[in-house]
Amino acid sequence: MCSVKSAMWRGLILGGLLLAFLPSQAAMAAPQYWLDPAGPVAEMQGRLFLLTLWIMIGIFVTVSGVLVYTLVRFRAKGAAAAGSAPGGAAARRESAAAGEQDLPPQIEGSHKLELVWTLIPFLLLIVIAIPTVRYSFALAADPEGDPIKVRVVGHQWWWEFQYPELGIVTGNEMRIPVGRPVELVIESDDVIHKFWVPKLAGKMDAIPGRVNRMWFQADEPGVYYGQCAEMCGTHHANMRLRVVALPPAEFEQWADNWGRGPVVTSEAERQAVERGRQVFETRACFGCHSIEGTAARGVAGPNLTDIGLRTTLAAGILENTPENLARWIDDPQSVKPGALMPRVGLTDSELNDVVAYLRSLR
Amino acid sequence: MSHSSHAASMPAGAAAHGHEHHTSLGIPNHKLATWLFIASESMFFAALITTYMVFRYRSVVGPHPDEVVNIPLTTVSTFILLMSSLTMALGVSAAQRGESKAVGRFLLFTILGGIGFLVIQFYEWWHLAHHYGLTWNTNIFGSIFYILTGFHKAHVIFGMIWLAVLAVSAFRGTLRREHAVHVDVAGLYWHFVDVVWIVIFTVVFLLTEAGV
Amino acid sequence: MATTTLERSFWQALPKPRARTGFWSWVTTVDHKRIGILYFWTALAFFLIGGVEALLIRLQLARPEQDLVAPDLFNQLFTMHATTMIFLAIMPLTAAFFNYFIPLLVGARDVAFPKLNALSYWMFLAGGIFLNSSWVLGGPSDAGWFGYPNYSLSEFNPGLGVDFWIIGLLLAGIGTLVSGFNFIVTILNMRAPGMSLMRMPMFAWATLVTSFLIVFSFPVITVALLLLLFDRVFGTVFFDVFSGADLTLYHHLFWVFGHPEVYIIVLPAMGIVSEVLPVFSRKPLFGYSVMVFSTMLIGFVGFGVWSHHLFTVGMGPVVNTIFSLATMIIAVPTGIKMFNWIGTLFGGRLRFTAAMLYSLGFLALFLIGGLTGVMLSAAPSNTQIHHTYFVVGHFHYVMIGGALFSLMSALHYWGPKMFGRMLDERLGKVAFWTLFVGFNLTFFPMNILGVMGMPRRIYTYSAGMGWDGLNATSTLGALIMAVSILITLYNLVTSLRNGERAPADPWDGRTLEWAIPSPAPEYNFARLPNVSSRDELWVRKHPQLAEGAAVAASAESDGPAEPIAMPGGSYMPLLVSLGLFIAGYGLLYSMPVFVGGIVLSLLGLIGWGFEGDNMRIIQPGGEQ
Repeated sequence: MCSVKSAMWRGLILGGLLLAFLPSQAAMAAPQYWLDPAGPVAEMQGRLFLLTLWIMIGIFVTVSGVLVYTLVRFRAKGAAAAGSAPGGAAARRESAAAGEQDLPPQIEGSHKLELVWTLIPFLLLIVIAIPTVRYSFALAADPEGDPIKVRVVGHQWWWEFQYPELGIVTGNEMRIPVGRPVELVIESDDVIHKFWVPKLAGKMDAIPGRVNRMWFQADEPGVYYGQCAEMCGTHHANMRLRVVALPPAEFEQWADNWGRGPVVTSEAERQAVERGRQVFETRACFGCHSIEGTAARGVAGPNLTDIGLRTTLAAGILENTPENLARWIDDPQSVKPGALMPRVGLTDSELNDVVAYLRSLR
Repeated sequence: MSHSSHAASMPAGAAAHGHEHHTSLGIPNHKLATWLFIASESMFFAALITTYMVFRYRSVVGPHPDEVVNIPLTTVSTFILLMSSLTMALGVSAAQRGESKAVGRFLLFTILGGIGFLVIQFYEWWHLAHHYGLTWNTNIFGSIFYILTGFHKAHVIFGMIWLAVLAVSAFRGTLRREHAVHVDVAGLYWHFVDVVWIVIFTVVFLLTEAGV
Repeated sequence: MATTTLERSFWQALPKPRARTGFWSWVTTVDHKRIGILYFWTALAFFLIGGVEALLIRLQLARPEQDLVAPDLFNQLFTMHATTMIFLAIMPLTAAFFNYFIPLLVGARDVAFPKLNALSYWMFLAGGIFLNSSWVLGGPSDAGWFGYPNYSLSEFNPGLGVDFWIIGLLLAGIGTLVSGFNFIVTILNMRAPGMSLMRMPMFAWATLVTSFLIVFSFPVITVALLLLLFDRVFGTVFFDVFSGADLTLYHHLFWVFGHPEVYIIVLPAMGIVSEVLPVFSRKPLFGYSVMVFSTMLIGFVGFGVWSHHLFTVGMGPVVNTIFSLATMIIAVPTGIKMFNWIGTLFGGRLRFTAAMLYSLGFLALFLIGGLTGVMLSAAPSNTQIHHTYFVVGHFHYVMIGGALFSLMSALHYWGPKMFGRMLDERLGKVAFWTLFVGFNLTFFPMNILGVMGMPRRIYTYSAGMGWDGLNATSTLGALIMAVSILITLYNLVTSLRNGERAPADPWDGRTLEWAIPSPAPEYNFARLPNVSSRDELWVRKHPQLAEGAAVAASAESDGPAEPIAMPGGSYMPLLVSLGLFIAGYGLLYSMPVFVGGIVLSLLGLIGWGFEGDNMRIIQPGGEQ
């Protein structure tokens, strides 16, 4: 019997420790921990979650407390308990006989009590229901302020971001100005995906043939992680994205510079970039990728106009370094088996030139 | 399915007491099971009809429902099917009176009604395919139209086989009064198939014609 | 019966199973108890397969960026793990107890349609084998247990995996539907004299409501699967986006089935616990009638909440709010049940047997499952926890903490009646504590992982996401759970061989199944009982109780001890299932085979109709 009680406590302590873990430093460092929100939408959703969490913890503690008390208080003692021991038929007969003198009151129920425990949950649910309704409508309304529009298109397995007002297209990395709401129009090019940047807002499906809308806003500059949350095939796990929130001035600067071509610092670099550009425009690359101001107009893969600025490659799974870029272009299948980008078969010097060219696009 | 299947699926322990065995609700097990089967089938057709309602005008290419439905022809087939429900009801009533030959005759009429219905409906399929080029691969309307009416036809055919087995026993005189419940449950099924058709007729044909 | 002599001689020439023991007696059995035992062992085998799949998933996720399982295999593993556990393990395990115990609990000699009952089992087996055969025939589906198009269409999923998944589920679904009809008719129509509906044990009520859920929800998944199958096999365009399809239709069809399915799994679990707690508290169930009505309410409202799985498909705030509120309402009857169970324990004389421990484990764990469920119901915050490990944690608290713990409880409680041997109590308790610790270690961290932003169904994750420690803990817990399952298996195997022979009433039970020997004889009750109390056996054993006199009086008029006619075996249910099983392969590989399978099935049906029921007369006490 004692073991029931102590195990219950052990469970409670373990649960408490895990709960205490939530707001701890380690959790704050988790880039997709959404109870540490970076904008008003995630903040509102997190607040509702915490409200439900505290109510449920209250219920759990109360109910499990009553349960544990009941188990301890009303455990069978003496011979009657022997029925639970592996003592065989004799012990059971004994316990049954003992039980005859020890028959608890055969209470069948109590309407008064049952009414009480029908009403209490009902009242608690109303406490949750009111903000649920309010927030549902609040979040569905158009954002206040001067929103910037971004069209999000899910592809197997990367994200495309179009800024129709700015004429900008990027891939896997969305740049947004701090403090301005972002109106998202979410679509898909192939299968169902789910757009999610936890610190900024909850999820919205990208469903082919449908157009979904949501908005979010970043209140502080920073890099916010996101990833696809709907099973979409082999590399569902590797369909990640970043939202880079920039101070308004920096955002304007980025938008103005977008598509202005390569940035070079030396003549040698200029030549390498020029050779790399020719390789890009003549080999398979241009068939799938676009680069503003060049002949590359492919749409099957991400637009690479500002690839040099991006923090990651291959939909958020590699840091954007020259070595990783070379590795990825040289043999995509070794990095991401099953990815839709083929191995083009560039020579080492071609590879170096293309890397130099892409790095210069910033 | 046939009268003798009663024996096959009769509850254990009932044989000693003959057919009129006791049930808790006083409804024969077969009849209760048939009602449940019909309830389940209703959900099946409800899901198909919902699909039709959602998809009917979503096709990117034609033909669309309002271009192809043939109200007069389908009204005739609907009338024939309705009449077959009448003969079915007469058959059930004859079975309860124990008039075996009359049961056979009415079941035969019912089956003929089913055949008449199917002939017209298959003609409509053929007509749609040949004059409008509408197949189940053409567009979404085609897909759901053929699937919905096709599953209904399959139910009609299944019912006709069921009734045919009963009719054979009836003409042989082996379908006696105590087997009336078997005609009864077959009748329930047949009426259900009829009612489903009325819903399909309303949704697929009349609503389209009315422009709803 | 109503066949002419000529016909009779023809049909009687059909082979009729004669074996009473051995292989063929099991293959041809129509005895609900034997069918229950077949369900039990088959479901257990599938449970082990699903468990191995789960372990592979956990091992792959134990540390970040592992290469143990390739991405496509990982997707197949979680698809098959879910499909197997839901359709081939947990549902059939509950079906095992439905089969063995519903006739005993309501005081019947068999189910309403014994041969259909056999058909249910064989369809389940056919579906299970068909589905799993895809592992060796080109690989199973990787489209998830929901199989959303358009990912599940041929364009993105060209192999046969999804087709195997669809046809396997359709085959098993036929079996489930048929048993749904069968148990409703059995419970409504086959009750012993005096066994009014409001005197039925809670497990019978749970089975009744569950069967209604099956009858109303399975046709809807059938339609969804058929539309998908026609798109894949015959080129219809239901889910072709370029033809104008709206993919969310499938979402809705799937979840109109999918949510009641949750209650199809959980209501029987609640029923089991409602049987076990009173016995080991030596008290009646607290608030029986409210328990009955809350079961019905859960079943009913369970049909109106499906869209809470779809808060992120863009239904708009009005629809989201409606489904949020409807979902919250389910918490009320569920809460009532929880309090009534505690009310049952309160003031009792609690005996902590293995069965009781598992039921108490259910209370604690299902509480967490229910509470996290309420948290999920609020649409705005749902969009954050939806499709994360929070959901994975939540529903495993319901499916394992709820369903599996109660099934384990049922195994230790009813096992002696089914197998005639007592299970080892000490091993049972060790296994319980191991499972309890392992389970919480596996699934509680998942709730936190969801809050830390880990999505479901990812085969890998990067270091630096803050997920490493919790995932490692979870995998460790999964291994501990595996140990517990092995202990239970060992207990089962050794106890069935050498365990103490089970007496008729080892637990001082309350209901009718304990009034007859263990294992139950073929005819169940030598004399059909005349019932006048909810706890009929209990009151018969304790005549000093209030109802004692009335029960004693009605017990005088128990049915007569007379020869009993029981249906003999039949090959036909097996033949019908075999035909459909073959037709399933035919649909994928060769039309003639398909036609052959259908013909075989039809022949089976015709034989079924005409063979008669092969009745045997049994003399209770002395075998015939």
